[in-house]
Amino acid sequence: MTKSRVFWAVVAPTAAIFTSLLFTYIILKIRGVDPIEMFRLMISYGFDPRNLVSELNQTVAYYMAGVAAAIGFKMLLFNIGIDGQYRMGAFFGAVVGAAVSLPPILHVLVIILTAMLAGGAWAAIAGYLKVRRGVSEVISNIMLNFIAAALIAFLLSPSIFGILPEGTQVLQTRSIPASGRMPTIKAFDGEIYTFLFLAIFVGVSYWIMLNKTVFGFNLRATGLSFRAARSSGVNAPGMIFVTTVLSGAIAGLVGIGTLLSDTHNYSMAFPSGYAFTGLALALLGRNHPVGIFFAAFLWSFLERTAPVLEFEGVPPEIIIVLQGTIVLSIVVAYELVSRINLRQQQRAVGSVSAEVIDKDSKSVKETK
Amino acid sequence: MNVLEISGVEKKYPGVVANQDVSLQVRQASIHAIIGENGAGKSTLMKILYGLIKPDAGSIRAFGNEVNLKSPQDAIALGIGMVHQHFKLADNATVLENVILGSEPTRFGFLVKYDEAREKLKEISKNYGLEIDPDESLANLGVGERQRVEIAKVLFRGAKILILDEPTAVLVPQEVAELFANLRELVKKGLTILFISHKLDEVLSIADDITIMRRGKTVASRKPSNTSKKELAELMVGGELPKPKVGAAKISSSSILNIKEASYSRLDKREILNKVNLELHGGEILGLAGVEGNGQSELVELIMGLIQPSSGSVEILGMNVASHLTKDIRNAGVAYIPQDRQRDGLLMTAPLWENRILGHQFNSPMAKSIWVNKSAAVEGSKSIVAEFDVRTPGISVLASALSGGNQQKFIVGRELSGDPKIIVAAQPTRGVDVGAQAIIWDHLVQARSKGAGILLVSADLEELFSLSDRIAVIYNGSIVSILNPRETSPEQLGLAMTGASKS
Amino acid sequence: MKSTDTKSTNKLAMRAKVFFRSPARITLFIAGIFFIISFVELLTGATDISSPGTSGATLRLATPLLMAGIGGLWAERAGVINIGLEGMMIVGTWTAAWFGYLHGPYVGILAAAVFGLASGLFHAILTVKIGIDQAVSGLAINLIAAGAARYLSGIFFPPVGGDRTVSPPVESMPKFSIPFVAPFFKSIDEKEIFLVSNVSGLIYGVTTDLSVMTVALLLLVPLTSWILWRSKFGLRMRFCGENPMAAESLGINVYRTRYIAISISGMFASLGGAYLAIVASSVYREGQTGGRGFIGLATVIFGNWRPSGVFAGSILFGFTDALRLRQSESVMALIMIVGIASLLLAIFYSVSRNWRLGGTYFGMALFALWVNQRVEVIPQEFVTAFPYFATLIVLTLLAQRLTPPAMVGLPFKRGSE
Repeated sequence: MTKSRVFWAVVAPTAAIFTSLLFTYIILKIRGVDPIEMFRLMISYGFDPRNLVSELNQTVAYYMAGVAAAIGFKMLLFNIGIDGQYRMGAFFGAVVGAAVSLPPILHVLVIILTAMLAGGAWAAIAGYLKVRRGVSEVISNIMLNFIAAALIAFLLSPSIFGILPEGTQVLQTRSIPASGRMPTIKAFDGEIYTFLFLAIFVGVSYWIMLNKTVFGFNLRATGLSFRAARSSGVNAPGMIFVTTVLSGAIAGLVGIGTLLSDTHNYSMAFPSGYAFTGLALALLGRNHPVGIFFAAFLWSFLERTAPVLEFEGVPPEIIIVLQGTIVLSIVVAYELVSRINLRQQQRAVGSVSAEVIDKDSKSVKETK
Repeated sequence: MNVLEISGVEKKYPGVVANQDVSLQVRQASIHAIIGENGAGKSTLMKILYGLIKPDAGSIRAFGNEVNLKSPQDAIALGIGMVHQHFKLADNATVLENVILGSEPTRFGFLVKYDEAREKLKEISKNYGLEIDPDESLANLGVGERQRVEIAKVLFRGAKILILDEPTAVLVPQEVAELFANLRELVKKGLTILFISHKLDEVLSIADDITIMRRGKTVASRKPSNTSKKELAELMVGGELPKPKVGAAKISSSSILNIKEASYSRLDKREILNKVNLELHGGEILGLAGVEGNGQSELVELIMGLIQPSSGSVEILGMNVASHLTKDIRNAGVAYIPQDRQRDGLLMTAPLWENRILGHQFNSPMAKSIWVNKSAAVEGSKSIVAEFDVRTPGISVLASALSGGNQQKFIVGRELSGDPKIIVAAQPTRGVDVGAQAIIWDHLVQARSKGAGILLVSADLEELFSLSDRIAVIYNGSIVSILNPRETSPEQLGLAMTGASKS
Repeated sequence: MKSTDTKSTNKLAMRAKVFFRSPARITLFIAGIFFIISFVELLTGATDISSPGTSGATLRLATPLLMAGIGGLWAERAGVINIGLEGMMIVGTWTAAWFGYLHGPYVGILAAAVFGLASGLFHAILTVKIGIDQAVSGLAINLIAAGAARYLSGIFFPPVGGDRTVSPPVESMPKFSIPFVAPFFKSIDEKEIFLVSNVSGLIYGVTTDLSVMTVALLLLVPLTSWILWRSKFGLRMRFCGENPMAAESLGINVYRTRYIAISISGMFASLGGAYLAIVASSVYREGQTGGRGFIGLATVIFGNWRPSGVFAGSILFGFTDALRLRQSESVMALIMIVGIASLLLAIFYSVSRNWRLGGTYFGMALFALWVNQRVEVIPQEFVTAFPYFATLIVLTLLAQRLTPPAMVGLPFKRGSE
């Protein structure tokens, strides 16, 4: 029984990635480019140590987004608000980090906590609306994403939190002093964020929380069956709210690696698009911390090596299409697989209408 | 003339005989009631008549001709219309739109002739006394009015025979009277009504003919003039009642569950429970009998703290349900075997050992402070599987892989572990084979002898009579009588269950 | 779970509904607003609010929003949320620009419509037939459309005079002014009579320099209303969104109806994009859509799922967008207008002893006064975020009174009970 489950669990993502690669193969062929050569180039470029480093750093950010999304998914919540939550976290982390002066480790901790708080608080708005007013978290989060961007853009204006240092065109927050910075590991001509370890820690904690604690059990139960969880004594609506906030808090950490080890301030140069990426990675990685990590790496790899395509006259944006196709294929594959499974199960148990069975039990014989 | 002649209809499912040798004659322009308790086969028969199910044997003649109904469309074409128990209406639309959907009169096949449809609906409403306003938004209508819209739906499509499935289940007495007035209007105009119910009072007041079904068969036909409530009740329930199997109980004097004048109304103001009074003592099995839909599910949810009473109080193990969470109630030692095992009792897509934790995750042994105790859960699952003979390949399979009966056995095993003080069991042996049923009954009796108080809600009379020390009967949201299973006659029980007596 | 403040907000909304329903009152209300506008314009010298320039710009900015909103409406009324509106709009901008460059603007619009239908159908098959999550499908479409647009731009545009982010220019469509009407109102506007000229100026703005496409697209709105409430298809489609099980029980093919509705949804979004590329500008530009697809989603909610509401929302959001691009004092003047209007409403409701509403509006008036005194300039970003903020407020305060299609966003499988 478990063997076939593992089989189906792996077959879906593999089939999906294969389909997407096939699709890209065809597109490249149409452009008159040799796809195999392209792939070879991408792989050699992507695994070149210098690029590996920046890929790893990007992986850290993507990984956080993926874990944040996964927490939501376990509760059947679609946290598309990761974009806004991440910005809130990075921005307020930067502002508070620059405003205080504390001993080194404490300083960093304060920044991290601020980021989580900001992200969580922003997510709480959507959570409240969902639990108290029944508003879809997808819609409210989309609105909140835009509002967050606008709010932060406003707060970055020179009269408030923004400064415009010499030689730059981009408004940014004040620099975080040395005590609030995380060191990097110098490797292969590059610098790996030490936040990577924290990210791994978050991932592992997520897994432990979800599978070993009572809280995690309640979370999963509410996602698997709202009614069963409720009957078992779980405060299901409360669970939804807490999960939303937790997901937002993790999302707040998405930009912290960059903040603490690289830029040391927040500016509008911080990229967007983490919401969809996070959701995609959680889907690809099946909400598993290891799976999400590999998916995050795959994503960073693809993005880092995309420019290679340009040398052959292929606009690198095809990678974006590839990413979108991968996500769609995976989701479609999961859906089809679960349908096949369901049909198999029904055939095994024999579909008898439930209402017929609630009869005089004397004449009911169980058939297997 | 008979508009419907049904003879020898049979429908079997694996392991269940839903209809056997069912025969029935329905006269034109009459109200023909079909009565029987849960599981008598009424619903199956109606679905066959409406073309939703194909019978395995037998013949159906409608308006004098042999018919073969393959789908509801066939039935509608013949003039048979079904008014469902669960309305299929859209709130955010008008009455007119709801009625004509799917059968719209059109101009050029594209534009809806609303004026024409409106006139037709107004006429139907006037002719049959339905009093519905075509342009009223459905959201503003009460339950009785919605039912009339459903009736209008079938009349709009030219129905001559109307099947009503437990129509009064959702109505308050005022609305019942209005419905009956409407039905008499319809009959005056030559229509025929098939009326499924279990409420004898209503049936005797409205029906022209009565057919009684029991255990999938049509057992008798009567007219209201030549029968009595007693006779009908007896026919419904059967000649003899099962004998109790348990010995005398050691019932403690203190009540561990005390429901005082508890009422519960839903959002739409309908009162589901009306001043319920019930007491459960330690060491006894209190059965709760009643046809489904009379408030049992809500009473159970009330006791478990899932809903709150609108008035009155529920006290369980000294705690007032209104100020305690379900979690606290369970932690205090209340076990719950829910009626809908798949939706309320199990995490279907989780492995069996995780399901052992469900409902017990706030206390040891399933939890150690904030940590889940997996080894205890695994051990516990294994012992349940052994003790209750749960047929499963292992404890890591998903709950959905087990058959219904084995799922139920597991749930019962889980709930009875840990020596609960109160067991709330709703339909605990539904869908379970005879052997498993015996095991479950055995364990329930064991729990009772250990001093637990059990509330046994069941539609299975044998179960109730075999196990209960006392049987309370619920009808229309109130406890109408409390019977001694050793001294109750079928009539008494039937009358109580159909609201005909108060004792 | 329901908090007690729902009662007051219910009353607020209910009152607003009743108030707005009678035609006489509506006219009075609109007249009052114009009076206030004219008064404030006189006072502050911010003549831009009712100027022809602003009204014309409002119309131009509102049209793509309107198309996105109507697109969202078509999908949601049938029961499916279309988060991919932004992507479908991008499809429209790109195809209209490219095919418009090759064969002229009319072909460009046609191409946009066709590709819009296709992308809508794609979304429909994914969500209805295969049954994947509607939000995932929409998001994926957004991503794929954006990537594909950039990819194809990089391939097709550079050789013919564009570059990877901008297409070669497209011929524009003819513009016209409504004869007799436009000059008439222009003359009154020039006379600068209080109130009358302001109104005339506004009307002049929307009757001159009209693109044929604007008019055509605007006509699609009453057409949508007509189809949804007068036709057989429209009735059945609405039930697919309200109660697909009921529809199915009456013999309606829910899947097929949804395919059609969602394809049309894509078409509308795409046409909105085409408008951006052909009328609002004359090229495709990367990032041209700027989130309008999502604003469209917002207007559906804001407009309570009615075409007239979506229209009103689009005009409102187009208006604030137009103001942002023009004089900044206009925004301040707008705040003053809102403040004065609130004050008057507060007086009105206090007189009729409705203290709750009176108090609420008085609070709004005070807030407007505070903003007026303390804030020099409304930051650009706030004006940009206004549609989203307004929708969020509506969702928070009026969630109970909104009437979305009952089953929108919920999965439906054929044959389910």
